[in-house]
Amino acid sequence: MPTIVVEVMPKQELLDPQGKAVAAAIARKGISGVSAVQVGKRFEIITEGPVTAELLESVKALAEDFLSNAVIEDVVSIEVVE
Amino acid sequence: MSATENTKAVLDTVENVAKDPERTQPYAALGLKDGEYALIKDILGRRPTSAELAMYSVMWSEHCSYKSSKKYLRQFGTKTTEEMRKHLMVGMGQNAGVVDIGDGWAVTFKVESHNHPSYIEPFQGAATGVGGIVRDIISMGARPIAVMDQLRFGAIDHEDTARVFHGVVGGISFYGNCLGLPNIGGETYFDSCYQANPLVNALALGVLRHEDLKLANATGVGNKVVLFGARTGGDGIGGASILASDSFSEGGPTKRPAVQVGDPFAEKVLIECCLELYAADAVEAIQDLGAAGISCATSELAANGDGGMHVELDRVLLRDETLTPEEILMSESQERMMAIVDPAKLATFEAICKKWEVEYSVLGEVTEGNRLTIDWHGERIVDVDPSTVAVDSPVYDRPVAYPAWIDALNAQGVNASGLTRSEEGAQLGKWMLDLAGSADLASKSLITNQYDHYVMGNTALAMPDDAGMVRIDEETGLGVALATDANGRYCQLDPYVGAQLALSEAYRNVSSAGATPMAVTDCLNFGSPENPEVMWQFSKAVEGLADACQILGIPVTGGNVSFYNQTGDKPIFPTPVVGVMGVIDDVAARVPSGPQDAGLNIYLLGTTQDELDGSAWAHVVHDHLGGRPPAVKLEAEKALSAVLGAGANQGLIFASHDLSDGGLAQAIAEFSLRFGMGARYWLGEIEARDGVDLTAALFSESSARAIVAVPREEDVKFIGLCEGRGVPVMRIGVTEDTAAIEVQNLFTLQLDEIRARSNETLPKYFG
Repeated sequence: MPTIVVEVMPKQELLDPQGKAVAAAIARKGISGVSAVQVGKRFEIITEGPVTAELLESVKALAEDFLSNAVIEDVVSIEVVE
Repeated sequence: MSATENTKAVLDTVENVAKDPERTQPYAALGLKDGEYALIKDILGRRPTSAELAMYSVMWSEHCSYKSSKKYLRQFGTKTTEEMRKHLMVGMGQNAGVVDIGDGWAVTFKVESHNHPSYIEPFQGAATGVGGIVRDIISMGARPIAVMDQLRFGAIDHEDTARVFHGVVGGISFYGNCLGLPNIGGETYFDSCYQANPLVNALALGVLRHEDLKLANATGVGNKVVLFGARTGGDGIGGASILASDSFSEGGPTKRPAVQVGDPFAEKVLIECCLELYAADAVEAIQDLGAAGISCATSELAANGDGGMHVELDRVLLRDETLTPEEILMSESQERMMAIVDPAKLATFEAICKKWEVEYSVLGEVTEGNRLTIDWHGERIVDVDPSTVAVDSPVYDRPVAYPAWIDALNAQGVNASGLTRSEEGAQLGKWMLDLAGSADLASKSLITNQYDHYVMGNTALAMPDDAGMVRIDEETGLGVALATDANGRYCQLDPYVGAQLALSEAYRNVSSAGATPMAVTDCLNFGSPENPEVMWQFSKAVEGLADACQILGIPVTGGNVSFYNQTGDKPIFPTPVVGVMGVIDDVAARVPSGPQDAGLNIYLLGTTQDELDGSAWAHVVHDHLGGRPPAVKLEAEKALSAVLGAGANQGLIFASHDLSDGGLAQAIAEFSLRFGMGARYWLGEIEARDGVDLTAALFSESSARAIVAVPREEDVKFIGLCEGRGVPVMRIGVTEDTAAIEVQNLFTLQLDEIRARSNETLPKYFG
């Protein structure tokens, strides 16, 4: 089934406590060379049929207003995967 | 930031200013007025560098400089007598006030606003509000031991209220619970005046030994300036100048970037790290980083000290290497502290930071003279007198105007408006239920259940008791109680009286729990200071509060002013949140807000007047606001407080509840609901003695009143105590094992029914 994939990341300029914790854990595992980690969200929206232009527009609007918090997050990609 | 775009290419050094003296600078975009910019040029004898402009703009913002309120806030100092200062170790001006509570213990407490960020991003806004006030407490040398919050949301049934409500409550519980601090109380009210401007005030309490007191004074030439805690990123740049010092434009938030994201686990580590640094005597002075970040910490530390300060700004540890010096100076990244460290103790300091995995960077040192100089990769970008940044900011005497609408509002009292009263039992009982289930008076357990109350194991009282109370000393039982109040409706009717009633109620709540009131903190939430009518409200509220503190003999130790709170162009009701801290010798003598035994006599202390204007009854039953708020009775409050304190101390009072919103009706409902103990009341004697009708007897909000439950064998002693102190006392009921409240000859309400009404309201909208 076609799937619309929406990826949301915390805004670059804001603190990402989750990413910071993961980066610290990676360092504790003895792996060097990692300077930072950012943890975001990925939504897989499975459609009933082919993705129409109208549906894609709706999802784009949803991504901005509903799936992400525009104050602290950015929608970094929206793509259709068959 | 537009302010810094044109400076990225060429660093705007002090030297550069001489070459390019006439550059056009974006001071207006940074929130500075023409006159303020001219004043900066006057002070410096040249135009500021872009870094200096950044510092002045945030530090001279309303939020940081108190430029509109300073003129009035001075009263809190001038009206504080020597007697009131007796227990005051640190007063206004430092991060938080400190009060001696005996046995070598001191407590520090303060309430602050985080209103504007909490509308834009409710979760992070409220969370970082908690984080910020907790750091104020740490910076006094204290261990934070409790938090409280004072919330005002828009109308409960408005579509946007749930968004703000869930975010704010979630943010507070997330940050406070992760820190492991008990949330021991607070307030929640709903009114459409807060629709696009919720109030999120956060209070924190800390404890310290006298000798552990720390101040934010950079002294000792050669001492190191160390920034430690989280790294500096692009969070909340200009939050203080732009966000908290201007109004939201119509149609919602437009200034979006100025929010911060908090990390409570980093703050928890920072607390423990700081406390170990204090125990090792490794810091000379300390300041938290909140609004205005490094600009504020460096200039305040330097201005409070006896020398100057030099800082190498490129040594700041960054999360984002692309930040410009101006952005670093303005960043409001959370969980950071700045310490002044004796070089001989630097190794100790570093070892403790390493133990806690807290990053630190030595930025510079305390210098001779009185200049604050900041370099960026060896080039001078700031050279100022720090007191011109942090202390001697402009003071405005804003125009004040008596509100054109207030006489008409005051004339429209309950009687003038002809509001329907009742002598019918069924109607009075229905009103009592309606009040119990109303948005403001309904159970707030949906909120408070999300907070830890008992973590740390020292909570003696928490919501829904009248005051929160925590034990300080496990050996002696010494403890402190805290209560906060503010009734926006009263303040809208009369800000002078309203502020005094807020103080009276908080004072009464602390007393009701068995503690002796000692000191005050306030968070003064108002509309725009550029509106002369708002400025009048503010001036009256401050005057009222300062006058009342003087009469009650308890000093204001610190707090916060939040202006520019309005929905559209309509200011919020004046909302001066007043917190009172009291001391109890042994928390074992605390008094809960409801009885647990049958057969106790219930006494009403104080007298009832026909004071229904601005009441919950007028609001809930008639959707009415007008008239004059209840009379303030400060001498009666003092006498009542003395009776409640002595009664608790002597074990005469088994339960006590103050009368406030909703009057006697709401008080007896809450009294019984606290532990599910029924009661029977008679109102005839109140009607006869005080000359009031049944509606007033049940719903009047006359001040200086409380109900108490006293065991029968102590009656004589208790009445003697009241008479000795001149407190009017009348037996109005008895507790009974009935699971109902009977008001004789009028109505009987089952506790289950009242509880259901009280409990259903918040879940209906937010469940």
